[in-house]
Amino acid sequence: MFNYYFGLAVRSLKRNIVLTVLMIAAVGVGIGASMTTLTVFRAMDSDPIPQKSRQLFAAQIDNWGPDNKSIAPGDEEHFQPQISYIDAVGLMNAKAAHRQSAMYKTGAALTPANADVLPFQVQIRATYTDFFSMFQTPFLVGGPWSADDDRNHTDVAVITQKLNDKVFGGGNSVGKSINLDNHEFRIVGVLGLWDPTPQFYDLNTDQYGEGAEVYVPFTRAIDGQMPGWGNNNCSGDPGQPGWEGRLRSECVWLQFWAELPTAADVAAYRAFLNNYASEQQRVGRFHWPAHTRIRDVREWLVYQHAVSNEVRILVLVSFSFLLVCLLNAMGLMLAKIMGRAGDIGVRRALGASRRAIFSQCLIEAGVVGLAGGLLGLGLTALGLMGLRSLLSEEASRLTHFSPLDISIAVILAVLATTLAGLYPTWRAAQVQPAWQLKAQ
Amino acid sequence: MLKMTHLSKAYRTEVVETYALRDFSIHVREGEFVAVTGPSGSGKTTFLTIAGLLEEFSGGEYQLDGANVRGLNDNQRSKLRNEKIGFIFQAFNLIADLNVQDNIDVPLRYRGFNGAERRRRIQEALGRVGLSARSRHYPAELSGGQQQRVAIARALAGSPRLLLADEPTGNLDTQMARGVLDLLEELHRDGATIVMVTHDPELAVRAQREVHIVDGQVVDLAAQPRLVATANAGT
Repeated sequence: MFNYYFGLAVRSLKRNIVLTVLMIAAVGVGIGASMTTLTVFRAMDSDPIPQKSRQLFAAQIDNWGPDNKSIAPGDEEHFQPQISYIDAVGLMNAKAAHRQSAMYKTGAALTPANADVLPFQVQIRATYTDFFSMFQTPFLVGGPWSADDDRNHTDVAVITQKLNDKVFGGGNSVGKSINLDNHEFRIVGVLGLWDPTPQFYDLNTDQYGEGAEVYVPFTRAIDGQMPGWGNNNCSGDPGQPGWEGRLRSECVWLQFWAELPTAADVAAYRAFLNNYASEQQRVGRFHWPAHTRIRDVREWLVYQHAVSNEVRILVLVSFSFLLVCLLNAMGLMLAKIMGRAGDIGVRRALGASRRAIFSQCLIEAGVVGLAGGLLGLGLTALGLMGLRSLLSEEASRLTHFSPLDISIAVILAVLATTLAGLYPTWRAAQVQPAWQLKAQ
Repeated sequence: MLKMTHLSKAYRTEVVETYALRDFSIHVREGEFVAVTGPSGSGKTTFLTIAGLLEEFSGGEYQLDGANVRGLNDNQRSKLRNEKIGFIFQAFNLIADLNVQDNIDVPLRYRGFNGAERRRRIQEALGRVGLSARSRHYPAELSGGQQQRVAIARALAGSPRLLLADEPTGNLDTQMARGVLDLLEELHRDGATIVMVTHDPELAVRAQREVHIVDGQVVDLAAQPRLVATANAGT
């Protein structure tokens, strides 16, 4: 009977084009508005590394103390999202986690071997070899550098496929060199597509950007005094000037991640961090009790407000708008269905049960939803296009409309419209055939 | 075929209870052609809607083709209505946006017949009413008489045990009415059981038997000729 009801629905919708167009437009506009904001929200709120997000932890150590005035208002936990070089080295040397890596964002001018190509700036992430296994970065060719390279501050690099295409024409560049700020770095690996959104491991700047194009050992970057391209926050005395001064200061500018596969590992690392902070208090560096925190990826995104409250409110408003649109569609549907009460009475007289009438009208509502969903897809595409023109290039990546988003839009439209159609449909099923036929 | 015993139907509001049928008894045997007559408001249409299982009754018993219909749920009533009853309405009640064959197809769909069986029955019913050439026409493209023939074809297509006709010629001119009535008589001769509600005495005399209703009760016509005369005079 589904095909029969579907055919009847299409026929019925053709019967009153104006009403049909209004219903579909109401659903389509609501879906378009809600899906535009939902697409952005989902991109912001998505788990960037779902297979490991509960095993990867960002570490925080309060190295400024409770009396510090530089903490962001509202952060009652008195934490900075980054750590100092002193603590980064301390944690790396302790090797208390299954895997761990301190890191920071830097950059340099890359001079291609081909003299025809002008030098250009590249974004670099200075990190440790564990970064690649911890975050499961895919390699097209080659692999990460070794722990020895970390220890020996070796001039090695991992580059992205995009950079490899640009500099080496897509060929196998492993073993070749790139020149960064007049220093040669031997390429050990080329990354395949790796695009966690947001870039959870460093949310301080450019969290929705394209990320680093080159990865070099942290130790080598420190040696080479590669400048930080991210945030550098200092409390009170910024310390001595110059690179050495920065390394000895309490300024926070580094990120630190640890992989802790089990609950026992997490508990042990938490204890280790507290012991570390207590030790710092004991040696006179901290004048306050140990104050540390680890957060997994999901907790980290919430803590760092990866999704702003404004976006949440926008999603809420757009879905409220969808609700209003659906209420409008429901009213129109009710008018349409009750206008056909005579036909419904005839069908009942000819043997249609209430359930049959209910099914027929519900499928009609579903067809409106489907058409509204398709219109909504078009409007969502337009909405996202509009957003792209307003947002920066970095943020425009949030407006990517995936096949999953398309499915969500259509399913949401059909489900929501069918739900909105429940009342008119129920009313249709309650039509008393005797009264209708007497009235005629 | 149709047997109502001491049946009643009351419409209730908060302050008043009105009986449309009261202590109503009728027995229509298989193959009979019965005319149900009575003045306006006497309960004829209420009788027809209850007989057609379109409305529930308040009291008494109703047996359709040997089955007691009291207490049946909506699905059971709909199934019984679809399988055993064919309706012919005064206003034809064709569905405007369905063509002739799709209108006839409606009860067959609810019956669950397959496509081939439905097509066969539609062709047969259209042939019976002489409208085979009009199967693709829409109701608005047909005359009143043709529309009523389509309605009769729709009622016949499911091979019902009982045809219920509510003023079947009420919306037709004399010539078209005669044609429709001839068709009903032909169906009766072929064995159909027909109950026709009408207020037209000329129509009623063409039935085998006439049942007169006044104030929701069956009246014995032979015993009360004056009442009949009054009723007739009023129409």
